[in-house]
Amino acid sequence: MLRIECPCCGPRDHDEFRYGGDASVTRPAYDDPDFEAWYRYVFVRENPAGLHREYWQHVVGCRQWLVVERDTRSHTIASIRFARETRA
Amino acid sequence: MRRLAIGGRIDRSQPMEFTFDGRAMTGFRGDTLASALLANGVRLVGRSFKYHRPRGILSAGPEEPNALVTLGTGGRREPNLTATTVELADGLVAESQNRWPSLKFDAQGINGLFAPFLSAGFYYKTFMGPTRRAWMFYEHFIRKAAGFGRAGEEPDPDRYDVRHLFADVAIVGSGPAGLSAALAAGEAGARVVLIEQDFALGGTLLSDPQDSESAAWLSGMLARLAGMPNVSLMTRTTAFGAYDGNVLGLVERHGSGTADPKEGQARQMLLLLRAKSIVYASGALERPLTFANNDRPGIMLASAARIYLNRFAVLTGTRVVVATDNDSAYRAAFDLATAGAEVTIADSRAEPIHDLREQARRRGVAVRTNSLIANALGRRAVRAVSLSEPGGAATVRCDLVAVSGGWSPTVHLTSHFGVKPVYREDIQTFVPGKLGAGRFVAGAVMGGLTTAGAIEQGHRAGVDASAFCGAAKAVQQPVRLELTEIDAGPDDSPLGTSLRPAPLAQLVRGGYGSPAILPELHRPRRSGETSHAKRTRGGDEEGAKLAAGKAFVDIQMDVTTQDIALAHREGYESVEHLKRYTTLGMGTDQGKTSNFYALSAMAGLRGMAVPEVGTTTFRPPYTPVAIGALAGRSIGHHYKPIRRTPMHDWHVANGAQMLEGGLWMRPWFYRTSGRDVNEAYVAEMRMVRETAGLMDISTLGKIDVQGPDAAEFLDRVYANGFARLPVGRARYGIMLRDDGIVFDDGTTTRLGERHFFMTTSTAKAADVMSRLEFLLDTAWPDLRVSVTSVTYEWAAMSVAGPNSRDILAAAFPDLDVSNEALPHMGLLEEQYRDMHLRIIRLSFSGERAYEIYVGASLGNEVWCRLMEAGAPFGLKPYGVEALGALRVEKGHIAGPEIDGRTTLDDLGLSRMVGKRSGYVGEVLERREAFSDPARPRLVGLRCFEPGKQLHAGAILFRPNESLQGHGLGRITSVTYSPALDAWVALGLLAREAAVEGAEIVAASPIIGQAVRARVVSPIFLDPKGERLRG
Repeated sequence: MLRIECPCCGPRDHDEFRYGGDASVTRPAYDDPDFEAWYRYVFVRENPAGLHREYWQHVVGCRQWLVVERDTRSHTIASIRFARETRA
Repeated sequence: MRRLAIGGRIDRSQPMEFTFDGRAMTGFRGDTLASALLANGVRLVGRSFKYHRPRGILSAGPEEPNALVTLGTGGRREPNLTATTVELADGLVAESQNRWPSLKFDAQGINGLFAPFLSAGFYYKTFMGPTRRAWMFYEHFIRKAAGFGRAGEEPDPDRYDVRHLFADVAIVGSGPAGLSAALAAGEAGARVVLIEQDFALGGTLLSDPQDSESAAWLSGMLARLAGMPNVSLMTRTTAFGAYDGNVLGLVERHGSGTADPKEGQARQMLLLLRAKSIVYASGALERPLTFANNDRPGIMLASAARIYLNRFAVLTGTRVVVATDNDSAYRAAFDLATAGAEVTIADSRAEPIHDLREQARRRGVAVRTNSLIANALGRRAVRAVSLSEPGGAATVRCDLVAVSGGWSPTVHLTSHFGVKPVYREDIQTFVPGKLGAGRFVAGAVMGGLTTAGAIEQGHRAGVDASAFCGAAKAVQQPVRLELTEIDAGPDDSPLGTSLRPAPLAQLVRGGYGSPAILPELHRPRRSGETSHAKRTRGGDEEGAKLAAGKAFVDIQMDVTTQDIALAHREGYESVEHLKRYTTLGMGTDQGKTSNFYALSAMAGLRGMAVPEVGTTTFRPPYTPVAIGALAGRSIGHHYKPIRRTPMHDWHVANGAQMLEGGLWMRPWFYRTSGRDVNEAYVAEMRMVRETAGLMDISTLGKIDVQGPDAAEFLDRVYANGFARLPVGRARYGIMLRDDGIVFDDGTTTRLGERHFFMTTSTAKAADVMSRLEFLLDTAWPDLRVSVTSVTYEWAAMSVAGPNSRDILAAAFPDLDVSNEALPHMGLLEEQYRDMHLRIIRLSFSGERAYEIYVGASLGNEVWCRLMEAGAPFGLKPYGVEALGALRVEKGHIAGPEIDGRTTLDDLGLSRMVGKRSGYVGEVLERREAFSDPARPRLVGLRCFEPGKQLHAGAILFRPNESLQGHGLGRITSVTYSPALDAWVALGLLAREAAVEGAEIVAASPIIGQAVRARVVSPIFLDPKGERLRG
C-alpha cells in the first residue's frame, strides 16, 4: 500500500487519493487548434520503468491535485508537490 | 501412541472436550487439535485429494498437507483448516474431509486403482477436443470426488474486524532470532511489534524439553520482554503478506479458550501493520523424504515427532525408524529414545557430520549408515519400512517413521515484494534475496540452524532495524544461550552446515505406468555412496520391486514423481508450466513441503542446476486467510455506504419502492400508483402529462462556481457557450472529454455576474467535480474561479405537469411565479419566510416544470408543503422509472446514450455548439474517424407489431438480414408510451441505416425475440416544446 505525503494533510493511505494520469505530458492551451499537440497530450505515453511524474488528487482530504514522482519499479516516491505550484 | 504422564507445555488441570467425526475426545489446554488427536490414538485423519489414500499427520505446523479438517457447524462451518495449527478449545467440533461414507471406509479409495488414468494432465487430455462435451456430464462427479472441505451455506453469525497498527520495528517470528531481535529493538527504544502465528511464543524453542536450558532461556526472555512497555507481543497472529510501504497483512484469531469467540469478540481480525522496518525471523520448514508410499499414516517429519513429544507430551511411536540424510533428525531420535521408544536411525550417508555415534550408543539408538529408505509397508498405518543398504534390502518393523530431508527456509514473506530467493549451493536451499532498505533477516530463514547463531543474528537485526527508524539507545549484549553438548546435539555446528546435506532430487527415469522411481534417483549421489542398483542384488529389477508404489512429491495434491517425469516428457519443463500441469504446489499448503523437491527433480531431468530452473513466484497469503477476515465489517448493510436524500423517510412511509443508484437510494416507483413497476410507471407518466407529479431530484450533482473568471471557465468547460448567459437564466450544457467523447450533461444557472450554480447527472457528479478541480489546478491556474460541491447542502425536487404552476403558487402564495416573472429557463431566488428557495424553471419530462432547491434540512418540509398544496390539483409523487420513461418520450439523452463512446454528432447535438472553439474536447472531436458513416447516430424507434415490445440492449438489423454479429446498432433506452400507445425506444444506429421511415429489426438473442420497428425522430412527443413553455 502506497502512502502519499500530502503537502496539506500529511502522510495518508493511497486509497484516499484518486489517480489522475501522467503529469509529464503538456496540455496544449485551451484554444490551441493543433491536432498533433492534442493527440500527443491525450494518447502518447512514455510508460517508463523508473521515475514517473503523475497526478493524484486527495479526494477524501483537501481535494488538492498533486504531482507525485513515483518509481514504477519500487513504488518509492521521490517528491510530492501541489500541481498548482509545479505549473505556476 | 500415548500421552505421557508428565512433561510438555500442556495444562493437565484444564481438560478440553472436543469431537472428531462425532467421536467425543479429551485434550488439554495448550494442545493443538493435531496433538490432541494423536494423544487420543488417532492416526488416520483424512483422505487424499485425488486418490483418496488414507493420510495421517505429517507435521506440527502450517506446512501440513494432510490433516485438513472442517471446524464448526452451520454458518460457522470453516473448511480446510490444518489440525496442526488449530488451538484446541472446549466444545470444538472437527470433521475429517474428502471421505465418503466414512474415513475408515472410503468408497472412492478405489480411485487408487484407476491411478494410471489420473496422471498429470488427465483432464486436459480426456476432456479437450472432441470429448469436451463429456466434461459437461462428468464435471459434477469429478468435482465431488476430488476436493477439499465444504464451506457452510448459512450466513456466518460471527463478527470479523479490521484494525490498523503502527510500529517502528515489526518482527515476524518468535523463535530465538525473533525474541533476541525484539529485546534489542526494545532496548534501543523502538516501538516493537512481535508477530507469532502460534498461540505460544518461542518458535523452535518450544520443541525442546521443558526442563532444558533453552526452555529456561525462553521464559527469561519472555519475562524481560513482558516488562517493556514499547514491545507488544502478538500471538495467534499470522503475517500472511508483505505489501508496499512496509505494510504487513496480519490475521489474528480469537483466543477465548472456547471454540467460538466470546460475546462482542471478533472471531478473526485483519490487521494492517505499517512498520518503519521489518525483521523477518520466520525460521525454516523441514522437508520430508520421497520414497514409495511416503504418504502412509505414521510417517511424520522428525521435527514434528519431537514437537509432539516435548511440547505436547505425546509419544507418537514406540518402535521408530528415523530416516534422514542430515544430522538434525538425530535430535528427534535421541529424545524419542529417552522417552522410551525403540529407535533405529537410517542415515543415507556414510557417516553423520558430527560425532553422534557415541551419543546414539549411550541412548541405545541403532544407527544404520548408507541406508536409504525405499518403501513403507502398511495401509492405514505404517507397519514396517524397507531399507536399501549395501548388503541388500532390509525390513524394519515400526509404528512411526520420522523423516528428515533437510530444511527449507521460510522465505515466503521476504519474496512478496518481488525479491526472488537465491540458491545457496553449499547448503542446497533457497535463502532470501537482497531485501530493500529497512528490511532485515535473522535466524534459520538465512539458512543457519544453530540457536546461538540465531540469537546473535537476531540481536544484530534488532539493533539495525531500530537504528533505521532512529531509535538508537544503548543496547546490552545479547542474552546468550550456550547449549550443552547433548541438547545442542547435531545443531551445534557452524552456521549453515547443519543443513547439509539436503536431498537434491535427480529424477531421470521412470516410465509412464512403471513402478515408482527409485528413491536414490531423487538425490545426487554423494562421494562414497554406491548406486542403489549395484547394492541391490539382482540389479535394477530387484530395486524397482523394492520401491514399488507411489512416491509423492506434493502429498496434498497427490502429485507423484511419475507425474513430474511425465510433465517433463510432454514438454512442461518450465517450473510455472510444471506447477500448472501437475497442480504441484497449488493446494492449500501451497507446496510448503514439496516445492523444493519439484524444482530439484525438474533440474535433474533437464540436466540443469537448481537455480537455473528457478522458483515459482511467492505470493500472499502465506497461509489461507478466511474471506470473513478480509471482509471485516463490510458485509450486508455495511458493505458500502448508503446515501439518503432529505425526503427519504417520506418516500418509504408513502409506499415508495426504493432503488439503489450509485450510492443513492431513490424512489423507483410508488406502490400507490400500481401493483408493480410496469403498471406504476405508466400511471405516473400519465399523471405528469395530465395533471402534475413531484419528483425527488436531490441526488443530482450540484456545484457552486464562483469567481471573476467563472463565466470564462464555464465557457471552456462546456461545449456550448456560457459566457453570454444572462444573470437569472439557466442553460442546458454538455461537456466533452479531452478525446472528444461526450462526458456529461446538466444545467447551469447564472445567479450573478460571478456566480453560477451547476447541476450534473447523479452518476457523474464526483467525476465532474474532480475534473473541474483538475482543470483549475493543472491547466488553467490563472483563472480566478473556485468550485465547491454543494450536492449534500441542497435538497431538490421537481414539480412537473400542466398544473405545476398552480401548485407552486398555492404552496408559496407570496411568490410571483407567473410566466412573465418566471419563464422557461428562468430563475427565482427568494427568501420565503424562513426558507431560502431557489426555483429554476427547467424541464426534463417535457412538461412545464420547476426545480425547487432548498437547504437540505428544510427539504422534507418543502416537499410536504408542495404535496399538501398540490393535492387539489392531482399532485402525486413519481419515481425514477417514470422519469426515465418521460425523457425517452421527449428524446432527451441520459446515461445509456452518454456511454463513453458517443460524440456530440452521434447524439445529434452538434448544432448546439455550432462554430465555437476553445472548449475541452474540441480538437479531437474533429477526428476523421468520428465522421465515419458506420458510426451510430441517435434515432427514435417505434414498434409497430401489435402485442410486442422493444427491449433495451436489443441489436438492430436491416429486415431480411441474418440476425448474426453486432448488427448496425443497438437500443439504449426503451419505454411504453401511453401518449402514443406504442413501445418506443432510443437507439444508436449506423448513419447509413438511420433513415426516418425505414424498417428495422430489433433482435434480443438472449430472450430469443426479434421485433420490427420503424426509425423515427427521437422526439416522440411535442417536438416544438409547446407544453413546457407558456
